[in-house]
Amino acid sequence: MTSTPKPISTVSTIPRNITKTWELPGGVHPAENKSQSLKLPLINCPLADEYILPLNQHIGAPSLPLVRVGDRVKKYQRIADAEGIFSASLHAPTSGLITAIEDRFIAHPSGLKAPCIVLQADGNDEACELIATENPYSLDHPTLIEKIRGAGLVGMGGAGFPSAVKLNPKSSTPIHTLIINGTECEPYITADDILMQTYAEEVIAGSQLLAHILGHSPQVIIGVEDNKPEAITALKAAAQNTNIQIASFPTKYPSGGEKQLIYILTGQEVASGQLPAALGIVLHNVGTTVAAWRAVRYGEPLIERITTIVGQALTTQRNMRVRIGTPIQHVLDHNGYNARRNASLIIGGPMMGFAIEQTSIPVVKTTNCLLVPSHAEMPPAPPAQACIRCGHCADACPAGLLPQQLYWYARADDHSKLKSHNLFDCIECGACAYVCPSTIPLVQYYRSAKGDIRQADLDKKKSDQARERFERRQERLAEEEAAKEAKRQERKAVAERNKARLADINAESTSNTANSRILNDLVANAVDAAAKQTPNPAQEHARLARTLESLNSRIARLEGQISSEQDETRREKFAAQIKQTQQSLNETQTKIAAIGTNTSTVIENQISKVTEKLNASPIDLAQKSLATLQKRLATAEEKWAEAKAEGKATADALTQGVEKLKQKVIEAEQALNAIQQSSAPQSPDQTVNAGTSNDAANAAIERAKQKAQAAAAMTPEQKQAAAIQSLEQRWLKAKERLAKAQEDNDENIEAFAASVEKLEQKMLALQAEGTS
Amino acid sequence: MTDFFVIFIGAVLVNNFVLVQFLGLCPFMGVSNKLETAIGMAAATTFVLTLASICSYMVHAWLLEPLGLGFLKTISFILVIAAVVQFAKMFIEKTSPLLYRVLGVFLPLITTNCAVLGVALQNTNKLHSFSQSALYGFGAAIGFSLVLILFSAMRERLAVADVPTHFKGAAIGMITAGLMSLAFMGFAGLV
Amino acid sequence: MLVWLINNPVWGALAVMALLSLVFGAVLGFAAVKYKVEGDPLVEQIDALLPQTQCGQCGHPGCKPYAQAIVDGEAINHCPPGGQSTINALADLLGVEAPSLDAEHGEVTDIKKVAFIREEDCIGCTKCIQACPVDAIVGAQKKMHTIIESECTGCDLCVEPCPVDCIDMLPVTQGVQQWSWQKPSNIIASDRTPAEAAA
Repeated sequence: MTSTPKPISTVSTIPRNITKTWELPGGVHPAENKSQSLKLPLINCPLADEYILPLNQHIGAPSLPLVRVGDRVKKYQRIADAEGIFSASLHAPTSGLITAIEDRFIAHPSGLKAPCIVLQADGNDEACELIATENPYSLDHPTLIEKIRGAGLVGMGGAGFPSAVKLNPKSSTPIHTLIINGTECEPYITADDILMQTYAEEVIAGSQLLAHILGHSPQVIIGVEDNKPEAITALKAAAQNTNIQIASFPTKYPSGGEKQLIYILTGQEVASGQLPAALGIVLHNVGTTVAAWRAVRYGEPLIERITTIVGQALTTQRNMRVRIGTPIQHVLDHNGYNARRNASLIIGGPMMGFAIEQTSIPVVKTTNCLLVPSHAEMPPAPPAQACIRCGHCADACPAGLLPQQLYWYARADDHSKLKSHNLFDCIECGACAYVCPSTIPLVQYYRSAKGDIRQADLDKKKSDQARERFERRQERLAEEEAAKEAKRQERKAVAERNKARLADINAESTSNTANSRILNDLVANAVDAAAKQTPNPAQEHARLARTLESLNSRIARLEGQISSEQDETRREKFAAQIKQTQQSLNETQTKIAAIGTNTSTVIENQISKVTEKLNASPIDLAQKSLATLQKRLATAEEKWAEAKAEGKATADALTQGVEKLKQKVIEAEQALNAIQQSSAPQSPDQTVNAGTSNDAANAAIERAKQKAQAAAAMTPEQKQAAAIQSLEQRWLKAKERLAKAQEDNDENIEAFAASVEKLEQKMLALQAEGTS
Repeated sequence: MTDFFVIFIGAVLVNNFVLVQFLGLCPFMGVSNKLETAIGMAAATTFVLTLASICSYMVHAWLLEPLGLGFLKTISFILVIAAVVQFAKMFIEKTSPLLYRVLGVFLPLITTNCAVLGVALQNTNKLHSFSQSALYGFGAAIGFSLVLILFSAMRERLAVADVPTHFKGAAIGMITAGLMSLAFMGFAGLV
Repeated sequence: MLVWLINNPVWGALAVMALLSLVFGAVLGFAAVKYKVEGDPLVEQIDALLPQTQCGQCGHPGCKPYAQAIVDGEAINHCPPGGQSTINALADLLGVEAPSLDAEHGEVTDIKKVAFIREEDCIGCTKCIQACPVDAIVGAQKKMHTIIESECTGCDLCVEPCPVDCIDMLPVTQGVQQWSWQKPSNIIASDRTPAEAAA
């Protein structure tokens, strides 16, 4: 029958025939309120005009949209794909046009928006062709799993766990029991009840299929509370001639919890932090079971579900087959919704559901109930009173926790104590809050504490990561610094060696042979250095080519500017720039031409330079450098005078340059004097400047520190004034930079200009704020 | 044997140093905010108390008495205790830096824990033998540890409880200590 | 000798005290050598509690140096990004009273921020890369830079060095995934004011 071999028998720790059920510890008996919605038969909800399909209707990663705005889609067409294993795909509930992929309000207690695909229905409800499978058992295991994954199946009981993941458990324990959850313990909700009554055959077929997919021919138990006698009868009738057991047990809330139902049916407890698969048990909701059957047998993806619409603010209370994505408003309108009578709109049941504000929120794969109670039906919760330590909550807790202790620790934000009291085993069933005589909203404390702990753990993880990155960076900087230092030392050593040799030469100038030998050495060194300096011709060529290109583009740009420029003087300026650029262009071109031929010339030049340097006495050298400096000074002064005469803005900068050069000249003169006096060569200044090795981060920290200290002592007005001032400074600095950039004809002029503008805007905004 | 048992029980419960004799209240109130710290303090004090009790017996019985220098016992006991505490401090700093940090100033303050000197002086007054002194010191330390740990466990729960504003903090701690003391009075008839 | 000491209690007392001091001095000297403490594991523990933004607002170039400074006696309330919760955790670890945040080092902001480079304005100067303490900026000379959002600690150190002011500190958006329940408001019936009770 199947292509995958099935083990004939497995060791099962549980008897094959369930005659016994275990009683759940704790639990409560809230008013059931199930009859209202069972009076009317199950019908289809009429088509809506617009469907909103949230991309994250399940636990895990959001789906990836496969359609674009403006696409036409047909019913059943896949419109979003699962992203990874822990995700589910999404299908069009009807035919129509994709009008938007945007953030919309979704069914979530936060009341926030999330990405959704919006589908405008065309009313034709035109379907794609579906691939039916006559005999699902003829398919192999991966195909079956793929079919279920492809249908976008998620746990329909409420959690929305992707079903395909559950059907492919990673646990080493073979699965010996499949439990189908038809408990539906929450008051008001009857969606699963009506599903079991209407689709009993499909529930049984689905159960058999799921058992088959899990392999190891597990025993199958369908657990139903004894307050659904019709469902039990229907299931029993359908399950004749199969080995599926229908177990009914006394009604108690929350028997429908995963771990609770496993205990009731098998007497085994799932350990804290573990999945039922570790015990060899897998649990699926009846709704999921039917959907799985339909997905495999008829190839039908999950596009609708049964939802209970109940509450006294409606004229009709019933169950409906609702397409996924139908706005709640539409569903309610078809049942005579009276907004004025309605106390609050709740998705899910009264115990575990959450209230929402918007009625534009869509029905999703996990929406099992829309509860719209009247004010009399669900009065607002009385204010919480002090805890009187009565301990009722501990008696009611089905997970065996100590709600009262958890409450105190949640209030004190004592995360370690909360963890040691197993907060994360809380299933948030609300039994403790239900029995609390002081009406303390206990579950909300636990939920917020869980969120805080998760956030704290995340922060911790992030901070650990940041620490590691910081430390690695420090290491890297230290290494770089060390490498630089080593290079400096090396250079120093070489310089000293050369100096020593020079001294040798000077001393032994009589001995020609020695002199030439040492000279040869030095020349060899120089040749090496030159060879190192001369880059690989190919690289050099590429570099020059790039320069050429950028020069060309610059010329083009300048020409463009010229043609658009009205002002005569500026045009001249541009023309001059073009000339300059062309010159360097020519230079580059000749350089490119010379590549390859000139490597040897470079080396020769180097050699001659070195020989010259070596032969020159220190006094000569100093004189020479002085001469160069003086020459530079002369040109600089000339330029400065010119700039001054023209009244250019650059005059200031040039003044500085002249000053600096003057200083250098003086220094060089002094050095020359010193050499002449001592006639001994001065060693080059090799002291390592520690100051420059300080990285930018330290400088920034220093500034930030000062800023913070200054800020601490100030009143808000002063703070604002300071903020304006600092912005102003930044603005001025940016302006300066812009001026400089314009002068140098920097290619980033626009960026600098934009920053000046932006800073100005910020400044003005702050000033306006200050005055208002 | 019964004698030893009586001494031990007497030191732990009946004449509990903290709750009945009201010695060593400073660390009892000071280091009882957290259970972990209290356990550390209890261990450190047990170590010091037992050792100090033995050392002071030796100094008293083998050095001061033979030389007729009984009047020196208080000052020499203080010397002994200071030395033992210093030793314990170094030991803890090496073996458990966190406990060292957590105990902080209270560790050197064991020197001035009146329970330690009290035990040494009571040993001489009650004319205990060497083994009796050691047991008495150990019993006193166990008694101290017991109430310190019990008290810190209560205070941990009090810290998160709804205590009326005016009783928050030290005030409710004092009340709790008083109630505990009353409870320990109940052991009076035991031995 | 012994007899003489017994007969001269003053000298006897002095001798006994001297002897005791010598003995205990020797024992403690031995202990000091034997139990010599090297390094300080406490630095690691403190560092683990700090938020690792490496922002330098405490006046130290990074969190680890501040941890070292705390061990050396600096106050524990110099860390604005950590806020009161970090101070409480540190106070808990060190067994001291938790002070409130020292305003001199900046204010606590509840809003988490990450840096964002307006990429069209970036000129590729690498100044921000040099300033980033956690290497969360990628880019090269003359190439547009960008920030690895998941690695950014929101320390603000890259904003100031930027010559074209193209870095903004944006608040981290809170989506459905990050949302969590708030604690119920702490008012219990007996705490309500008469006006509230009447309403």
